[in-house]
Amino acid sequence: MKNIWQILVVDDEEVMCESMAAWLREDGYSVDTATRGREAVELASRTDYAIYFIDLKMPGGMDGIETLMEIRRLHPEASLVIITAYATVDTAIQAMKEGAQEYIVKPCNPQEISMLVSRIIKVKNLQRENEILRKKLTKQYNFRDVVTKNARMQDILQLTQDISSLRSTVLIRGESGTGKELIARAIHYSGSRAPEPFVAVNCAALTESLLESELFGYEKGAFTGAGAQTRGKFEMAEGGTIFLDEIGDISPKLQADLLRVLQEKAFYRVGGGVEVHVDVRVIAATNKDLQEAVRQERFRDDLYYRLNVIEIKIPPLRERREDIPLLTDHLVERISRELGKEIAGVSEGALNLLMDYDWPGNVRELENALERAMVTSRSRVLTEADFAFLEREVSAKRAWSVPGGVTMEELERRAIIATLERTSGNIKEAAAMLGIDRSTLYDKLKRYEIQR
Amino acid sequence: MDAAERAVLDWFPFDVARMEAIGIEKDWFRPAREQYESVPMMRTLAAAMPADGARILGLTAVDISIPMLSFLFGQAQFNGPVALVSAARLRQEFYGMPADESLLLERLTKEVLHELGHTSGLIHCPETNCAMSLATHIGLVDMKKPSFCNGCGLQMVRRMSALQG
Repeated sequence: MKNIWQILVVDDEEVMCESMAAWLREDGYSVDTATRGREAVELASRTDYAIYFIDLKMPGGMDGIETLMEIRRLHPEASLVIITAYATVDTAIQAMKEGAQEYIVKPCNPQEISMLVSRIIKVKNLQRENEILRKKLTKQYNFRDVVTKNARMQDILQLTQDISSLRSTVLIRGESGTGKELIARAIHYSGSRAPEPFVAVNCAALTESLLESELFGYEKGAFTGAGAQTRGKFEMAEGGTIFLDEIGDISPKLQADLLRVLQEKAFYRVGGGVEVHVDVRVIAATNKDLQEAVRQERFRDDLYYRLNVIEIKIPPLRERREDIPLLTDHLVERISRELGKEIAGVSEGALNLLMDYDWPGNVRELENALERAMVTSRSRVLTEADFAFLEREVSAKRAWSVPGGVTMEELERRAIIATLERTSGNIKEAAAMLGIDRSTLYDKLKRYEIQR
Repeated sequence: MDAAERAVLDWFPFDVARMEAIGIEKDWFRPAREQYESVPMMRTLAAAMPADGARILGLTAVDISIPMLSFLFGQAQFNGPVALVSAARLRQEFYGMPADESLLLERLTKEVLHELGHTSGLIHCPETNCAMSLATHIGLVDMKKPSFCNGCGLQMVRRMSALQG
């Protein structure tokens, strides 16, 4: 993530500029140079650099202090570092007064300058993170989190937007981990109910009686331990949306109660005799086949039709494999930030492995797999080895899924890529594993154009 | 020379040719710092590169630096063909210790991999045991292994195969 930060080095000596820039580039920064103050100001007017290294003594018009003042005027938040060959208290004081953040005397120890740069960048990263978090707080749940190029998913997103301000009940179907709650939140937060509460209840997590009091609340003394009147989730969601996850698991009694809420927009608290009226939009979700449950009379058909006014069926991840690379990039970036770990992405081999896996737990499983790999990985790019915990299933699948019609050359190409990944790129070891000599391996790398 | 050649053959798809030594010019010496400027050395190496060469790696025994920094273990053209490694500060004698040939060769291997890594566009690696980690003193050179970590190794292979293709 370093390369997002740009640095400008300003020194009248070209050798100094170039060598300093080269050293910083090796550290991953993008660096520009200027040998005149005026040139530096021009560059600064076009680009907001993260750090400016400015030589104090520069001939030809604008000296270091003047350059610093001009840049400061353009970018009041800029980090300015003054470089000088002679340390004098006067110039140091003047530079600091004009807003220089640091003052270094050349030549300086590599460790000193490396620490200086990382200290400044650390602050810049924190500032940036703060900005991202602020933005995130304001639009925490929107369609941004649904990453897809799959046509079915895009239709779903469009539908989600179209229905966001309606009052109609929505039934979201999809296997676990496909993002049913995410879609429900997206509907709520992009519609007219957004300022009101979004309340989620997992119906499978509670027993019948607990779920009943959880949903509808209870009166004082309704059962042992009911010490005071308590509002249920329906009341808490007043004006907003209630999300009932795993709706297929609720008991016949609760099905009847729920039907009443949907029809009458009213219910009784447990142990209560007063009808409570609510204005709540219901979004229900299930990973079960509710129609089949209706056929088997385990689920009331009248409730099913009440819930199923608008149906959204989210496809499982294995039916939208083209989204795996996109989701992987999105999740790696997000988890990197959360873990504070710099992970650039996944290798080609690892991505092939992720593409081949069936993801019974869908996007949530992909997210967990990436997080697990990122926590344990010691490199910046996740490789197949980091996903060893998935590999057994995939390799079993792969063994059976070599498609007919693949050329021997293609098989050889794949074997070479996989072996190089296993040896972390050590050509000698890879050649030995493949049972060919080094020069043959080079020939094959060239022939198969093995690259990103 | 042998250690450097082995490092290149193990990790890069290059054949190695040894060139005649290039003399060091007197005016590259900075008496006040008792060091040689690396920039003219790099320029000289760039000019000496054979037309069919992919990289030119200079090895020198003298202590080198650039104006901004007090010393360098080596230098490279980022994404360019030239690399330079100085053995001066890789020797135990520099730190007042008895000579240790095998330690010197191991350090040299690490720095050769590091600088050639930069010529292939690799940046410093946060893994302190990877050859691409930034060493600002000899202790950090010794913490590295004479090899790349998985991530850097993979990037290197990709870049090398792109180069060949």
